[in-house]
Amino acid sequence: MTGADVLLLALGALAVGSGALVVATRHLVRAGLYLVLCLGALAGMYLVLTAELVAWVQVLIYVGAVVVLLLFAVMLTRAPIGASDDLDRPGWAAALIGGGTGLGLAALLVDAYRWTAVELPEAGTAERLGDQIFRSWVLPFEVLSVLLLAALVGAIVISRPDIGRPKAAEPGPAGSRTAGPGTGRSGPAVGGRRPGDDGGRSR
Amino acid sequence: MRPVIPYVTAALLFGLGIYGVLRRRNAVLVLMAVELMLNAVNLILITADTTVRAHLPHGGQVFALFVIVLAAAEIGVGLAIVLQLYRLRATVAVDEVPLAERPPAGRPAEPATAGATAGAAGASTGAGVGGEFGSTAGADARRGSADRPEGER
Repeated sequence: MTGADVLLLALGALAVGSGALVVATRHLVRAGLYLVLCLGALAGMYLVLTAELVAWVQVLIYVGAVVVLLLFAVMLTRAPIGASDDLDRPGWAAALIGGGTGLGLAALLVDAYRWTAVELPEAGTAERLGDQIFRSWVLPFEVLSVLLLAALVGAIVISRPDIGRPKAAEPGPAGSRTAGPGTGRSGPAVGGRRPGDDGGRSR
Repeated sequence: MRPVIPYVTAALLFGLGIYGVLRRRNAVLVLMAVELMLNAVNLILITADTTVRAHLPHGGQVFALFVIVLAAAEIGVGLAIVLQLYRLRATVAVDEVPLAERPPAGRPAEPATAGATAGAAGASTGAGVGGEFGSTAGADARRGSADRPEGER
């Protein structure tokens, strides 16, 4: 057991524990905050594993943007502040499948690696990673930029009610399906603010 | 460094993500569980990058970066869908989404099964009483929704 092992064990226990709280807690907002803890612990593991750039990208994108976006969604869907009892379905099947997958994969990996030791390479810098991205992986990188643009446009089109909706067929079924005029009127403010958020984040 | 520690962590996180996706009713919580699964995959990629000597160095880290970008795109589109669902139905519970394309007028929970078997009689009376009132209210809400975003922007 070296220092790296102890660090990895502690951070891994932190990540798994807070991940379990993410899927088990009854408070919606606390689930988001436990997710911050889990992703931060994972960023620490990346640092120990000498993936420095990925660790900082993880902190920037996940902890900085994705979790904030999720918390925005929690607030915009008018989630209750306190504990809520209707967050879960009866879950023995979910526990069976999830536990089976997790423990099965863990058993497989433990069997493959036992307790062997590997020495860590020297700490990776952004220079080597950037060299790889822009030399060997340029084409996937560019395709990803096109995908981000497509996701941005798609999010805007989905969020705005006045784009791409057939004019004649809209009012009847949509109106009768909502619970009432009060909720229907409160909705547009929810969706109207969305495209701006997304555009600012995706760039 | 013992590679078994991060590998087992990633496997357990993936199992937790699957459990959360299957268990949770709230769509935002389902998205959070999906993030857990994506991060487990990232951890596997980075651990493999440090333990396995590949022909192209640092392929695992590059793939982890790509997965992070894909997750960002996924969360953007996913939250747009969730908020649109909330606007239409005033709920984000994933098991209350009717799978029938356009259910006949009435409550959205039952018609997927009951509306199909009960046939046209129940649907016509339901549309006659509830549909008229609902369509006027819905038209107001729709018109407001078409105006507001431009004004805000």
